Amino acid sequence: MNINLTLLIQMISFAVFVWFCMQYVWPPIVTALAERKTKITEGLAAAERGHQERARGEQHAQALLTEAKATAAEIVTQAQKRATEIVEEAKDDARAEGGRLVAAAQAEIERETNRAREELRERVAALAIAAAEKILHKEIDVDTHRSLVDTFAKQL
Amino acid sequence: MSSSEILTSQGYIQHHLTNLTLGVHPEHGFGFAHSSADAAAMGFWAVNVDTVFFSVLLGGLFIWFFKGVAEKVTAGIPAGAQNFVEWIVDFVEDNVRGSFNAKNAMVAPLALTIFAWVFLMNLMDLLPVDLLPYLFGQFIAVFGADPHHVFLRVVPTTDPNATFGMALTVFFLVLFYSVKMKGVGGFLGELTLQPFGKFGLPANLLLEGISLLSKPLSLALRLFGNMYAGEMIFILIALLYGGSMTLNITGGLLQFVWAVFHILIITLQAFIFMVLTIVYLDMAHQEHH
Repeated sequence: MNINLTLLIQMISFAVFVWFCMQYVWPPIVTALAERKTKITEGLAAAERGHQERARGEQHAQALLTEAKATAAEIVTQAQKRATEIVEEAKDDARAEGGRLVAAAQAEIERETNRAREELRERVAALAIAAAEKILHKEIDVDTHRSLVDTFAKQL
Repeated sequence: MSSSEILTSQGYIQHHLTNLTLGVHPEHGFGFAHSSADAAAMGFWAVNVDTVFFSVLLGGLFIWFFKGVAEKVTAGIPAGAQNFVEWIVDFVEDNVRGSFNAKNAMVAPLALTIFAWVFLMNLMDLLPVDLLPYLFGQFIAVFGADPHHVFLRVVPTTDPNATFGMALTVFFLVLFYSVKMKGVGGFLGELTLQPFGKFGLPANLLLEGISLLSKPLSLALRLFGNMYAGEMIFILIALLYGGSMTLNITGGLLQFVWAVFHILIITLQAFIFMVLTIVYLDMAHQEHH
């Protein structure tokens, strides 16, 4: 219980411990703590940024999707319209072709009819003249009564 | 305790309160003191070997453990020992930031050293009061010494040398920073020109001088007194042993209860020593007027 040299030894060892702590113990630990604090702050900020980024990305994707849907719908509508048009065109073409064929056939018939009629007329005229020749014998001159015979033939 | 002398209560207490002192006795020459009277006769130039041994051992333990963590410290995910060390460092740093307003890179490590070291020294109080002294006595007896004259106090903070040593170092730091921050004139002015102005100079000097000197004194005596009293109660309870079985059990229970309560005291005393040191140094750094 006496105050003795121990006092000085205590003072010196205390000072040495404090110096050592100050030199080698405190700074690295406190630096690490501060560094971690910075890291956490940065991490939180990055997380927040990521969050916003994702929300923006989602929005963007949504917009793209809507646009794509609209485009697709438009394309489908156009395709349907075009298909209808093609069908209509085909129908028109077919109708026109049919008409033309009918017309050609009718023209052919007409022509055949006319030709037959012409032939018939000539034959009838020749027949009438031959008959008249036979009836009248020489009384009727072919050249003199030609116009009369023609008129008759035309009335057939 | 096997001893040729009859063991009395007074002798037992006396034995526990005597340091293992090494010094030069005026009559017996250089050697360990065989009684407290011997130790007193050695005067100032003697060393309490037990106090120095345990305090340096515990301080070394603190530095070794914290240094080990500081070398491998990572800003990433801390593990095991680093968690523990960071918890203490955080606690000390909070206290320093709360009480110390100036800038000084020394104060926080100082506070940490005080807290950890004083806590470890106080913690020795929780070891069974006879354990180390008895083992040491038996160990010395191997070399032929009488265990009854071999002393060992395992709690350095029950030795006023230890507490005054720390308090005086803190006191010198207070003086150093007072002069450094305010200059010699500023410091002397603080001592003499307030609170009554320059015409109340003697009264000022008396008041301020007492308040200045009371800082290391209260610091040292508070810690010493608390630990000494706590140790004394352990010793007194230990006197119950060796009687009847009832006394033994009662003594054991009392030891346990007091030890549990003492956990609070040893932590609190370490904390108070640290906080007061921070506050004193803060006052040294501040211009008051």
